[in-house]
Amino acid sequence: MASEDASLSIAPTRPVPWRDPKIRAIAYQIAFVAVVAGFIAFLVHNTLANIGRQNIATGWGFLDREAAFGIGESLISYSPADTYARAFLVGLTNTLHVAVLGIIFATILGTLMGLARLSSNWLVRKLAQVYVETFRNIPLLLQLFFWWGLLNKMAPGPRQAWEILPGVFVSNRGIVYPVPVASPAYKWVGLAFVIGIVLSFIAKKWATRRQMATGQQLPTGWIALGLIVGLPAIAFMVAGAPLALDVPALKGFNFAGGDAMSPEFAALLIGLVVYTGTFIAEIVRAGILAVAWGQSEAAMALGLRGGQRMRLVVLPQALRVIIPPMTSQYLAITKNSSLAVAIGFPDLVSIANTTMNQTGQAIEGIVMIMTVYLFISLAISLGMNLYNRAVALVER
Amino acid sequence: MADIAQDIPVARQLPPPRSTGVFGWLRANLFNGIGNSILTLICVALLVLIIPPVIRWALINAIWSAPNGAACHGGGACWAFIGEKLRFILFGFFPAGETWRPITVVAIFIAMILAACDRKTWGRRLALLWAVGLIAVFLLMRGGFAGMSEVETRLWSGLPLTLILAVVGMLFGFPLGVLLALGRRSRLPAVRAICVAYIELVRGVPLITVLFMASLMLPLFLPAGMTIDKVLRAQVAFILFAGAYLAEIVRGGLQALPKGQVEAADALGLSYWQRTRLIVLPQALAMVIPPLVNSFISMFKDTSLVLIISLFDLLSCAETALTDPNWQGFYVEAYVFVAVIYWCFCFFMSRYSQVLEREFNRGKRR
Repeated sequence: MASEDASLSIAPTRPVPWRDPKIRAIAYQIAFVAVVAGFIAFLVHNTLANIGRQNIATGWGFLDREAAFGIGESLISYSPADTYARAFLVGLTNTLHVAVLGIIFATILGTLMGLARLSSNWLVRKLAQVYVETFRNIPLLLQLFFWWGLLNKMAPGPRQAWEILPGVFVSNRGIVYPVPVASPAYKWVGLAFVIGIVLSFIAKKWATRRQMATGQQLPTGWIALGLIVGLPAIAFMVAGAPLALDVPALKGFNFAGGDAMSPEFAALLIGLVVYTGTFIAEIVRAGILAVAWGQSEAAMALGLRGGQRMRLVVLPQALRVIIPPMTSQYLAITKNSSLAVAIGFPDLVSIANTTMNQTGQAIEGIVMIMTVYLFISLAISLGMNLYNRAVALVER
Repeated sequence: MADIAQDIPVARQLPPPRSTGVFGWLRANLFNGIGNSILTLICVALLVLIIPPVIRWALINAIWSAPNGAACHGGGACWAFIGEKLRFILFGFFPAGETWRPITVVAIFIAMILAACDRKTWGRRLALLWAVGLIAVFLLMRGGFAGMSEVETRLWSGLPLTLILAVVGMLFGFPLGVLLALGRRSRLPAVRAICVAYIELVRGVPLITVLFMASLMLPLFLPAGMTIDKVLRAQVAFILFAGAYLAEIVRGGLQALPKGQVEAADALGLSYWQRTRLIVLPQALAMVIPPLVNSFISMFKDTSLVLIISLFDLLSCAETALTDPNWQGFYVEAYVFVAVIYWCFCFFMSRYSQVLEREFNRGKRR
């Protein structure tokens, strides 16, 4: 029998080369790469020919030349006598400034609205729904124009400014608001705040180890609150408690004192936050609804109280669902901040646009914008992926 | 008997709180607890603060007809401005004498979208209907026959342009997206690398950059003497952009497909393209229809960005209408009007996608 089996088995024969899957795969890939490379070569050839014909300057030399255009607002010092490179840097800082603030405020607004949509209070639930359905379905650019029109064109001059909160004035010059008078005390307060966060992490670790060993629980939440709020408060008192506020006041034709936000920056920030907040609200709501009700019931059966149930059982599971779509919203805020060019806020795209118009070097300008946005996107994805790994399900 | 039927005095109790009727509903939904009661009162206060002034502005004090802008500034909204500029905001620079053409175009688009919403029509007949509809749209916009004057693409504007950019961008972006998604899941590393590079590059940069690239760099990419008109350039940008985003959605569907399906197809001896066309794509695409509708909604909203490369879509026409020296300062009216149009389209489509999602999940629920 065994010998018969052996005679029946077919010796593997090599297929003819044009039917061999391995050779075919290589051939397909070579053909595909050749087509793509040929297409790119065609474009590059045309571009070079066009550049030569139209006498367009090329190269990065323009970066060292004087920019000779003013920029409305900047976090770093800048004058028209500075170079194009410096102007790009101003644009980059402005983009990052609005993106970071936008991410923070949109997360706060979106989370609140997402929770409000799950509230047991009918009115709160409906109002949150109206907010989400209204602002999600109107293009961001239109919303930006609306806020900008409201702040820049409809708002009164500084003399008739609207005082929306005590000390906060809205006029066509932007939004001015009071800030604490600068004092070295705030440095100590900030330092104490950081130390408080670090200490509460250490306390949490120690409390967990103690609970593992003895079964006794410590009120870590209160300890952390005490450390994070208490330490800065002590530092504030010790440093002399400088309570003075720099309140803006009308001097002549404009406000003096306080801090100001230009109408463009305010419109961009409000627009981004209100628009993206709707998407974050839906993400948060979906994330919390994704945790099965049985989980809450099990937590109740274990005797966990409301806050503990949320913190220890529901939130850790909801975060797993929330983090990945949240990452794409953060990326969207950063990319959408480029709409600033439409309302005249000097972000990276807007400054690159001016540069391209002045120098005629479109290719370099667009390459710079693309590189910067790719780097920002990669950085945000990386950070959020690390956080995601921290909250992800650990499987055996 | 007497001691059983003893008269035990029972303390009188208040009736339990009502759980039905208006007061029961109010108690259960608005005043269940101190915190909620306070929240309700805050919300009511906010509504009282906001709604009456808005109604006064939009309806009571509004001016519905006025000869010019100066006669229209009276505390309330100036809807006369919208009436005056209605044709321009909706249809832009299209020749005024032939407004029936863009009106028909918008009607055709709405009819096509409504026809596509009914799942019973999905199939060859719908595809044919759409092809005929798109050709009709093109002929109506372009003109130059049967007594219709020829209209250059630079005069295509307003709502028809918005609809064309979104619908054509989606229709042509979709096959590109499917190919890119298949390439990204391919076993051939070179194909995979190129597809990943394209998708990540386009998704990593803002749409504005892609539009800038199309309007500034596309002329440089082409052989000398060859020019593409401006609308087509923007359209190409939308197709390329949509392709990258749709690829990621389609990939989601491909990944969700159980591996057994592919193995079964292999066992039947189907080739790669047979397997993809007959087994993989029909199942994978059906799964991603709701996110595809959502993607169409964002595409529709994103068309407003063509304003930045000076094309005249709906929003851009409204902006232009605002520059009329006879009608100055009616920003809020114009933006509210345009916002309502966008909102109607987007809200309808998002509701439809929710309905679809529910229907699709019906079989999966246990």
